[in-house]
Amino acid sequence: MNPAVEVPDLAPALPEIVLAVGALFLLMVGAFRGNGATGFISGLAVVLLAAAGVLIAMMPPGTATTFGGSFVVDDYARFFKVLALIGSATAIILSSEFMGEPERRRFEYPVLIVLATTGMLMLISAADLIALYLGFELMSLSLYVVAAIDRDRVRSTEAGLKYFVLGALSSGMLLYGASLIYGATGTVSFAGIAAAASEGGLPLTFGLVFLFAGLCFKVSAVPFHMWTPDVYEGAPTPVTAFFAAAPKVAAIAVFVRVSVTAFPTIVPQWQQIVVFVAIASMALGSFAAIGQHNIKRLMAYSSIGHMGFALIGLAAGTTEGVQGVIVYMTIYLAMTLGTFACIIAMRRDDGPVEEIKDLAGLARSKPGMAFFLAMMLFSLAGIPPLAGFFAKFYVFLAAVNAGLYTLAVIGVLTSVVGAYYYLLIIKTMYFDEPAPALAPMRFELSAVLTVTGLFVLLFFVYPAPLVDAAAAAAKSLY
Amino acid sequence: MANWPVLSVAIFLPLVGAVFIAALRTETEAVKRNARWVALWTTLVTFAVSLVLVWEFDPSSPEFQFVEKRPWLAGTINYQVGVDGISLPFVILTTALMPLCILASWKSIQWRVKEYMIAFLVLETMMVGTFAALDIVVFYLFFEGGLIPMFLIIGVWGGPRRVYASFKFFLYTLLGSVLMLLAIIAMYGEAGTTDIRVLLEHDFPRSLQTWAWLAFFASFAVKMPMWPVHTWLPDAHVEAPTAGSVILAAILLKMGGYGFLRFSLPMFPDASVDFAPLIFTLSVIAIVYTSLVALVQEDIKKLIAYSSVAHMGFVTMGIFAGNQQGIAGAVFQMISHGIISGALFLCVGVVYDRMHTRQIAAYGGLVNRMPMFAAIFMVFTMANVGLPGTSGFIGEFLTLLGAFKVNTLVAVCATLGIILSAAYALWLYRKVVFGPLEKPSLAAIGDVERREIVIFTPLLVLAVLFGVYPKPVLDMSAVSIAGLVSEYGGPLQAAKAAMLGQ
Repeated sequence: MNPAVEVPDLAPALPEIVLAVGALFLLMVGAFRGNGATGFISGLAVVLLAAAGVLIAMMPPGTATTFGGSFVVDDYARFFKVLALIGSATAIILSSEFMGEPERRRFEYPVLIVLATTGMLMLISAADLIALYLGFELMSLSLYVVAAIDRDRVRSTEAGLKYFVLGALSSGMLLYGASLIYGATGTVSFAGIAAAASEGGLPLTFGLVFLFAGLCFKVSAVPFHMWTPDVYEGAPTPVTAFFAAAPKVAAIAVFVRVSVTAFPTIVPQWQQIVVFVAIASMALGSFAAIGQHNIKRLMAYSSIGHMGFALIGLAAGTTEGVQGVIVYMTIYLAMTLGTFACIIAMRRDDGPVEEIKDLAGLARSKPGMAFFLAMMLFSLAGIPPLAGFFAKFYVFLAAVNAGLYTLAVIGVLTSVVGAYYYLLIIKTMYFDEPAPALAPMRFELSAVLTVTGLFVLLFFVYPAPLVDAAAAAAKSLY
Repeated sequence: MANWPVLSVAIFLPLVGAVFIAALRTETEAVKRNARWVALWTTLVTFAVSLVLVWEFDPSSPEFQFVEKRPWLAGTINYQVGVDGISLPFVILTTALMPLCILASWKSIQWRVKEYMIAFLVLETMMVGTFAALDIVVFYLFFEGGLIPMFLIIGVWGGPRRVYASFKFFLYTLLGSVLMLLAIIAMYGEAGTTDIRVLLEHDFPRSLQTWAWLAFFASFAVKMPMWPVHTWLPDAHVEAPTAGSVILAAILLKMGGYGFLRFSLPMFPDASVDFAPLIFTLSVIAIVYTSLVALVQEDIKKLIAYSSVAHMGFVTMGIFAGNQQGIAGAVFQMISHGIISGALFLCVGVVYDRMHTRQIAAYGGLVNRMPMFAAIFMVFTMANVGLPGTSGFIGEFLTLLGAFKVNTLVAVCATLGIILSAAYALWLYRKVVFGPLEKPSLAAIGDVERREIVIFTPLLVLAVLFGVYPKPVLDMSAVSIAGLVSEYGGPLQAAKAAMLGQ
């Protein structure tokens, strides 16, 4: 006779619990007060995310596990959780104008973002395949709905549907891979897989490939990137900003954790996959973006390319590489949010505009915005002394030290190709004759742009804290 | 030694000026005037600070001086700066030319003055930092960081084909540099440090030397620029505003030569010996071929740009000759070319400001209306040709001397370039200055004004002074170069012995 089921230690999962309960509470508020309360709920949602961030920051240092070892909180998890929370909270702030229009007001929007964020935190802490899948689904299902939130517009609906169909397919692959791995090793926990995987074997390799296919879909790495440009373009711009930031961070985090903790004994097997995916993503991201006229589509290709660069760090498979990934994602988050603050601010009196040529002459009509956007773009291109350079520096450092010379050379060459299309936008802003002026930038957008802009611009002055924190976080994985 | 961080002040003072200008609001006439004055004073004070460096510099020591070190990136990458006899002349050249560039833009830039001045000040920080960096990552940061302001200078204030020129400049340079970045990382992995002083002592394995040398070569050859990757330079020069051309020709090109001296030669001596024939070949082609190309140019700036490529050919030839004369000549030639080519572009600026065309055919007979200008232009043309008594002669002579000792054929072919340079320079001078003043548009052209005289005077003095008394520059760098040569001599002798033994 078993004793009563033991209640697991809930303390490590407290932020997730707070978020989940809080989301339900917000849902009740919305249900009773209707769409008119959207602004109020958005505010509460930001507070909720900030509270979760504080809880994470206050957690005791060291590694804690709970729920029978399927949920782990270590330096690595804490670092990425804070990043994801920042990304989500900023995305809600960036949406305040979009959600302010009476016909668009839907109180579900902030609630869905909070739920998606709960999924991300779960994902980042996942220590077995079941927890990983749960996190993924909680995140993805919320994202599908958010993509179609502007449901009266065909493009938004199309984006949501496309994302859902392809996302469901990838979830299926991920699940299939997980089941194959379970079949090969007899366990779902990462540590158990690591112990059992040393012999390798065909079923395990098959499972690995399917699992990675699912993960690549979520980080939108080539060849599972097809949904990205359409969803980015179709979804409302603030939603795109959200998609480009927090979910990417969470997906990369779990990608790294699975690879490093579950398959440390068969590194060569997954290393070649990651190398291929990284090269393909960087190449496609830089070449396909050249022909784009729509800035959201361009950012989609740009994000594909950046995921390729981040995966270089994973391909190295070393602590240094993981540190590179962490630094990369932090800086990527700041650059993405800043750039999207500008893209959201691209509107005239008759509504938002999305073409690159609409930015023409921005340096004269809005010098401040043009300057910060230019810095973001130079940084995305990886030009020193801006933050984007350090991001690339650390992943290339890891790749060269791990002996992946070909990967590193291809990486830097594609970064030059990528620089071309970022320069095209800067050229439009600085060299071209002005287009009709854009509407004034709203306060919260310029606040986000200024904060991220200063981060990107002044990162070189005092880079040590981030680099040290990333090193500590990377160490906790090994 | 001064007890304040002289070098860091010299590096970052322009940045402070830039922030100050950025704080100015709107673009009224008063603000434009303030921006100009702030920029001028900032560059002048920076120049004064850099003179402190000269004053306190001990030329008898081969060590790096004014060294400052602060923890920066985690681990072993520190912010570290310092100068020795090779880098100090370049620092001074940079700080000395900047006030002249600001003055040269005083009237010709009437549009977005604030941004223009900010771009120049940021550029100065990057250039001084490049020459002063003692950590290879810091070096890369400054080296590449200069791309952003220069891109904007060409693209915003440039001529009709500015977009093409700025993109070409940016992408060419970036492509070369990213490969260097990988080599830097590989060196970091091999030696475990990015401290240039330690790396100079480190013995890199032969295979790494070869690859790293090629990667550095990719970057510096583009920057120099060497034939056949020089094609961005004529475009960038032609489209850039006058002061932008001056900075490009006088300082940015020197970063390539400085890089060869600081990194390629001492850190990869074996590879340098192996690849010296390649450099000699490219240098000779550059000297002869681009001189010929210069002969057929119709645009004044383009002609001077090609002549720059040819003169940089002497520099690379001198550097890889690897002996005292060659390297001292290369350093001298770079400084002298900085003065002369800068001055020549300023001369073009003078007539361009008045006529708004750079076509040689649009001019003729200027001596009738602009006697003073004709005299100034002549001195610099002669210096460009390498007439004895001007600084151009010393540099070319020393590099040829160095090359003769190593390879007679190379030196003979390079000498041919001097004749050709006389041909195109004198042809240009005759076309523009002499002859009857026939063009009606030139009838009212005015001679150089006081501001322009202020700009040209120091350059004139230096071009002639260094021609008859080159000692200050040569002495400043002699000891450091001797150290470099003795380190490089070992592999060179070994290679010779191996060849004789065959």
